[in-house]
Amino acid sequence: MKYLLLTTAFILSIMAVAHADDYVLTLKDHQFSPKELTIPANEKIKITVKNLDSTAAEFESSDLNREKVVAANGEITVFIGPVDAGTYGYFDDFHRSTTTGTIIAK
Amino acid sequence: MLATLIIVFREIIEAGLVVGIVMAATRGVAKRGWCISLGVLGGVIGACLVAAFASSIANMMQGSGQEIFNASIMGVAVLMLAWHNIWMAREGRHIALEMKSLGEDVTKGRRSLMAMAIVVGVAVLREGSEIVLFLYGIMLSGGNSILSMITGGIIGLALGAFVSAAMYLGLLRIPTRHLFAVTSVLIILLASGMASQCVVFLQQAGIVTLFPHIIWDTSTILSNDSILGKALHALIGYSDRPTGMQMIVYFLTLATISALSKLFGTHKAAPLVKAHS
Repeated sequence: MKYLLLTTAFILSIMAVAHADDYVLTLKDHQFSPKELTIPANEKIKITVKNLDSTAAEFESSDLNREKVVAANGEITVFIGPVDAGTYGYFDDFHRSTTTGTIIAK
Repeated sequence: MLATLIIVFREIIEAGLVVGIVMAATRGVAKRGWCISLGVLGGVIGACLVAAFASSIANMMQGSGQEIFNASIMGVAVLMLAWHNIWMAREGRHIALEMKSLGEDVTKGRRSLMAMAIVVGVAVLREGSEIVLFLYGIMLSGGNSILSMITGGIIGLALGAFVSAAMYLGLLRIPTRHLFAVTSVLIILLASGMASQCVVFLQQAGIVTLFPHIIWDTSTILSNDSILGKALHALIGYSDRPTGMQMIVYFLTLATISALSKLFGTHKAAPLVKAHS
């Protein structure tokens, strides 16, 4: 059992390392940062959204057909792509006019 | 207030259209009002629970808990819709209308009703949890007064209910002998749309990776974001940028339910219809 746990912890840590260079969006005071996120086109990528606010948000992009609730002080991961080169908007669906950003695929 | 109104309206429409179709499809089945109300109530309670545990759900399964949860409940709804449609095809539409007089079929009818109650529950739960989280967030941030939030919510709810009721009443104008043919098509489209939505969740979680490319882009003509786009999304699974896998699953679901309904429908329904005409 102990070995199983250790092995699991080991595998999980490898996976954590493997994803270390994934993309991160931070939400604070209802603002995303970075506001413009550059990603490679034609590749499947993983974005982590960290919500540092005390209210829930919904990371949503109509352009990328993605939506996912981010709990207060929580974080989520979303896989996107492969997408064509271009500009894709995203927003917090709970504050959709004020909390926005763009993802640029190159 | 306007933000609350719009978000509540949009979510209510999505769930409300599903409820409208289910109501029309179960017309004449005894006690359907109770069953569907139960589905709505269950959905509302479920929505509050999902909102309360949003964080823990999201963290399950290596951060893909939300998608797996959503895909699972929508998968259940697809199965329930498929089962109902096949059942309706087999038992014949008039049986549903005369359910009260057919002792044995009341239980059968109830079983199908429970399936439909689950569909309603899933639709309400999915859209409702977003409303709960949103309203709770507004309450916490305290910027908006509670009163204006409640006003916006109630107007949004009323408008959404109005649109859904209008569709339901429109469906009821269809003569009874055609009604079930129409609702059965609507249910097949509803199920196919939900199945394709399941694919989106699994793609978002990085679980489904086949055929991820977008087939067409009609976002300039009819955006997913517009009210009509949202309504069509709920009704027939419209997407302005569907991926290859979404298309495959959509048409596979459509073909499977149609074929099974036809297969089971031809055996018993034909002589029954004859006997009645």
